[in-house]
Amino acid sequence: MGLTLKVWRQKNTKAQGGFETYQVKDISSEMSFLEMFDVLNERLINEGKEPIAFDHDCREGICGMCSMHINGRAHGPWAGTTTCQLHMRAFKDGDTITVEPWRAEAFPVLKDLTVDRGAFDRIIEAGGYISVNTGNAVDANAIPIPKDKADAAFAAAACIGCGACVAACKNSSAMLFVSAKVSQLAQLPQGEPERATRALNMVAQMDKEGFGSCTNTGACEAECPKEISLSNIARLNREFIRAGFTYEK
Amino acid sequence: MLDAKIPAGQLNSKWEDYKGHCKLVNPANKRSLEIIIVGTGLAGASAAASLGELGYKVKAFCFQDSARRAHSIAAQGGINAAKNYQNDGDSVFRLFYDTVKGGDYRAREANVHRLAEVSANIIDQCVAQGVPFAREYGGLLSNRSFGGTQVQRTFYAAGQTGQQLLLGAYSALERQVALGNVTLYTRHEMLDIVKIDGKARGIIARDLTTGKLERHFGHAVLLCSGGYGNVFYLSTNAMGSNVTAAWKATKKGAFFGNPCFTQIHPTCIPVSGDHQSKLTLMSESLRNDGRIWVPKKQNDTRKPSDIPEDERDYYLERRYPAFGNLVPRDVASRAAKERCDAGYGVGSSKQAVYLDFAANMERYGKIEAGKRGLHNPTPDQIRQLGKEVVVEKYGNLFDMYAKITGEDPYEVPMRIYPAVHYTMGGLWVDYELMTTVPGLYALGEANFSDHGANRLGASALMQGLADGYFVIPYTIGNYLADEIRTKAIPTDHPAFVEAEKQAQETIDRLMNIKGSKSVDHFHKKLGKIMWEKCGMARNEQGLKEAIEEIKALRAEFWKDVRIPGEANELNPELEKAGRVADFLELGELMCMDALNRRESCGGHFREESQTEEGEALRDDANFSYVAAWEYKGDSAYELHKEPLVFEECKPTQRSYK
Repeated sequence: MGLTLKVWRQKNTKAQGGFETYQVKDISSEMSFLEMFDVLNERLINEGKEPIAFDHDCREGICGMCSMHINGRAHGPWAGTTTCQLHMRAFKDGDTITVEPWRAEAFPVLKDLTVDRGAFDRIIEAGGYISVNTGNAVDANAIPIPKDKADAAFAAAACIGCGACVAACKNSSAMLFVSAKVSQLAQLPQGEPERATRALNMVAQMDKEGFGSCTNTGACEAECPKEISLSNIARLNREFIRAGFTYEK
Repeated sequence: MLDAKIPAGQLNSKWEDYKGHCKLVNPANKRSLEIIIVGTGLAGASAAASLGELGYKVKAFCFQDSARRAHSIAAQGGINAAKNYQNDGDSVFRLFYDTVKGGDYRAREANVHRLAEVSANIIDQCVAQGVPFAREYGGLLSNRSFGGTQVQRTFYAAGQTGQQLLLGAYSALERQVALGNVTLYTRHEMLDIVKIDGKARGIIARDLTTGKLERHFGHAVLLCSGGYGNVFYLSTNAMGSNVTAAWKATKKGAFFGNPCFTQIHPTCIPVSGDHQSKLTLMSESLRNDGRIWVPKKQNDTRKPSDIPEDERDYYLERRYPAFGNLVPRDVASRAAKERCDAGYGVGSSKQAVYLDFAANMERYGKIEAGKRGLHNPTPDQIRQLGKEVVVEKYGNLFDMYAKITGEDPYEVPMRIYPAVHYTMGGLWVDYELMTTVPGLYALGEANFSDHGANRLGASALMQGLADGYFVIPYTIGNYLADEIRTKAIPTDHPAFVEAEKQAQETIDRLMNIKGSKSVDHFHKKLGKIMWEKCGMARNEQGLKEAIEEIKALRAEFWKDVRIPGEANELNPELEKAGRVADFLELGELMCMDALNRRESCGGHFREESQTEEGEALRDDANFSYVAAWEYKGDSAYELHKEPLVFEECKPTQRSYK
């Protein structure tokens, strides 16, 4: 198939960016979206032009590195799918496709479609862990966890930290990301001792990074490639309020 | 002579004795000792977290934008541990024995025994961190089977075990970052090791965002940079996975162990066309419930559903009744290749076999129907109930298959074919995980030590975390105890200046070629040579040809590669070029190693050395050693041999029949 691509090009964080239009042809429906970009980049290199910079690594939907905003949707048209798992079957001959980086103040553009998501790491640093040094653990089966709790914790832990939730949100809120980690740990007995400080500190760091507020419109859940549930945000709100009432310094 | 520094004494007491006698560093001294860690996968993140907790000053580097993205994240099926929670006869000795046998008697016994000993601690540690492993209704941990074993010792989190383990280690690492014990350098790539007076004392790293070269000092350097499967271009590795850190170490005097030992994983989604950029694994855990077959008739073009049961050849069950579909990976891969080469392959390319879940979906459906008191369930109900069980066990894998192929694996059997997955070879290390360069360590897939010539499924995660959480915290102290008087060396030392200058010259040279072909062009060509001549089957003539072809390709690369953009900015093509330049050297060494090893063992199959039934035939009299190669200049390597001594596992012809 042949396609028209409108791709955001930006030399670096400070430079002014803009859309460039490219025509690509002989695209197979078997290709992944990123392989289609590989074809375009190979052509640009052969023409002596600079290829389009974009983040990607595992190309199997789990590392969370790929991050394209495609036709106004984070990771494109398929539900529950990262950009690298999106295949060209999703498009038809003659389509025009607009590709942008994640747009959020807390995710500055580094180059073209590549953004800096370091803010997510700093939110995890604020409390997204259980404080247990290596060697301190008891036997794994000494802590039985009801299956439904374990399954719910796993469902939240499936977050890949790609930032699609932020990109999809009109306020660039990071609530789905933060709530996934808080939910995972709040539902496990191991997470209990730090439950209150975790919620308070992670939310405080999220605000400090410049992410917007949550208004529960649910765009994050709709666009999340791992289909992390909006109910995690409800749980985070509960955890945060509970911590506010109960936590004693 | 290579000294692996294996402690004396009984095999099962070596590690305890070592821990009781190794040197220690007191807490005050730890605070002034700096450790550099390259890579933040399971090995790197767990080492960084554990060493940070101990009080060392740690600097951790990764080329991705976050430590959480290292390729350990993509491991699917599970992690082995000798817990014997299933009461099915497992023990430390069994895990040790299975691993040595699975590796076709080319691993070092003492290392493998230690790995089996600490395996149980890993599960405890991960659960304490909040890793949500799969559980049974009673709230206790669930297990499943993997290839090459007859017990259920694999712990898992759906098909995302690597992700959950890595996020656990990453959380522990970020906690140490917050506490100020670890400094993290993301989007940084190591370009050289700095050696002073024979010891590793730091690295040169490139900030990938700005292109700036940086000098970093460390009293010790740990390479946790993963494997080199991407030398084949197409592999299940991430696009960025590379050998550069390990290769630069090789050029600075670290020996490279068993480079030809690569693992071809039997169950991957087949190649669909020339555009393909990577291959995707379908977890070995699927072989718990999937049956592998091809039609009994050659070039059968019927749909799988139209082929009756008695016209199907379940060739693994036929050839290996004792282990069936759960034979080790090397055996399963060769069996698939044998069927396809003989004309029984399926799909449009005929380079695929079926992995079929229908029988087990039906079995699960009946069990579920029984649990729910349905006495006469309809076939549709059974199918639906069985599907629900399969969704819970492997849902994400089935979804991935559907997205990539456009076919629904709940309805039609998966088509699979072997693909490059893991590299057992790597930097040679002694019992303490130190390379032949003092102060330079290699952990996880980056070293050669534990898997011999073939790794068993669910053992990579085990090894990465064992090295990082439970081995290096002890062994590094034994080295650093003698370094407490070494003050941090300023990075204007001539050795740093010289290493940076060389790294800069390599970058300048690459940028100034301004040739006509892209980096990928060369990478694809290299991959084709490696796959055809140093892949699933190897022979003397092919390997000799490959060596010449790689040399020619390398010369062409350095004359004609085109790298657009500038060196002082984010430049993915320049990053790739540096990595491919190193693959072009490593590939040659892999072929040399494969040529030298005139026996078949594990994943290394020399066509000249096979049994009458086509199984790998070892030559213990001549090749029971680790081949450790020392770099001596362009295309020149000296072979050093570490003899393998087997006290507990007496080598026999491996049989899974």
